[in-house]
Amino acid sequence: MMCEEAMIDRDDYAKRVRKERKNRIMIEINFDKISSSIDSNHEEDITRDLKYLSTTHFELPPNSKPGEFLDQVWDHPNAPKPIEMAHGTTTLAFVFNGGVIVAVDSKSTQGSYVASRTVKKVIEITPNLLGTMAGGAADCSFWERELGRRCRLYELRNKELISVAAASKILANIVYSYKGYGLSMGTMITGWDKTGPCLYYVDNDGTRLKGQRFSVGSGSTYAYGVLDSGYKPDLTDQEAQELGRRAVYHATHRDAMSGGFINVYHVKETGWVKISSDDCFKLYQKYYNVKPINDNNNNA
Amino acid sequence: MMMDDLKLTALPEKEVPISHHRFEPYVDNGGTVLAVAGSNYCIVAGDTRMSDGGYGIQTRHYTKVFKLTDKCVIATSGMQADTIALRKRLDTQLRQYERDHGKSMSTPAIAQFLSNTLYHKRFFPFYTFNLVAGVDEDGIGCVWTYDAVGSHERVRFSSQGSGNQLIQPLLDNQVGKFNQQIVDGPRELSAEQALSLVKDAITSAGERDIYTGDFADIVTIDQKGVHFEKFDLKLD
Repeated sequence: MMCEEAMIDRDDYAKRVRKERKNRIMIEINFDKISSSIDSNHEEDITRDLKYLSTTHFELPPNSKPGEFLDQVWDHPNAPKPIEMAHGTTTLAFVFNGGVIVAVDSKSTQGSYVASRTVKKVIEITPNLLGTMAGGAADCSFWERELGRRCRLYELRNKELISVAAASKILANIVYSYKGYGLSMGTMITGWDKTGPCLYYVDNDGTRLKGQRFSVGSGSTYAYGVLDSGYKPDLTDQEAQELGRRAVYHATHRDAMSGGFINVYHVKETGWVKISSDDCFKLYQKYYNVKPINDNNNNA
Repeated sequence: MMMDDLKLTALPEKEVPISHHRFEPYVDNGGTVLAVAGSNYCIVAGDTRMSDGGYGIQTRHYTKVFKLTDKCVIATSGMQADTIALRKRLDTQLRQYERDHGKSMSTPAIAQFLSNTLYHKRFFPFYTFNLVAGVDEDGIGCVWTYDAVGSHERVRFSSQGSGNQLIQPLLDNQVGKFNQQIVDGPRELSAEQALSLVKDAITSAGERDIYTGDFADIVTIDQKGVHFEKFDLKLD
């Protein structure tokens, strides 16, 4: 809504508001003519309700701790089918001499049901900052969108790009302030600022770590195995991209909760670039040189 | 804030038996919704059965698809009470937007707006499973699929609700053309083909899912507007 508002010409907007107000007064006069018994507080009530709705706020469950509320609700013989929130799975990122590589899978599961095979788990926060999604999909995408808004405001106020350290700290402070509310997110914030390529890990406990290599999600242990064995700081860009892709591929092969497509991003000094998006099955054919029995498989 | 003003005192405060009763805020009224989008149309279907959370049927005429604008509908399964609360909230805000901006909100903007609305109840979610379907400013059909707390994705087709697991694989195969041994013909379904597929899909779900049945609302959205039609499902 805010974006739409910003796009409208200010003068035009003011004119329209003035016209609206005029119309409203006219309506009021007509009302009085029709009946004098109309409750004069009625409009105030509506205005207040609207104000309440448009003010950003989180509604909290009554008589309960927010973090434990949902568990209590489902812990009941007649309770309906629990709300399964979409979850994300294998993500990794590492720093090398040429920047930062971010590689992720694209499967989203709700319990054992595959909710989507085409999730964008790399969140484009600003043209210079990338975030990843693991844990609750809604938590990650909502708060990293909010982070994007705050980073843009910082940029406009200070006439310079926000550092990765500062951006990751904003996110860590937000999630820390919701500690005990049951948020679920494991994310990596990467970018290239004055200090060079940068990588931070932030999770829902409020943990915030700077590092060279991170992998998050149920397939992370498999990804670490491949990543650590192939990593050195002086990889070429192509070698680094392939290492990220291969590490996530092997994780999708062993972890049933990971899969779909493998998306690779490269953070360079000039900003991030999307490198590739490959179907896991196509990579399987490539890495193991296997021709499938049903060659017409068409998972576009 | 609002509660204070209303001064709701149904029971004396001391005798409110909160600690003795478990708080049961949710019931699943069931139902299935699905949507298929093409390059210039979008077709949505939702059955009209409303169950009581068990084997009982409360009504056979509960419409799950709501028109939001001339180019956009929301299809919601899950809990009926939460659905009407959510719809009222959206409707109010969309009407206010229309007054402020002199035009109705675009379908992609509504999609993001619904996500934010759902997430603002992250700690006490609406028990609703939503699809937003319609055409965008260029008249291209679009569908967004959601989880209960606002994670969303733009897709070409999707289903939600109790028959989801029956319908989604069918749509994957027939609309997405995934996992087909022989792929022939044009990739995109015509509006007529999509309409017929959607009717078949909801009928089939009604055969195998006890929470789906009675009637179906079939909604066609294109640049001309939103068109509702009724379709019979089995009443058993």
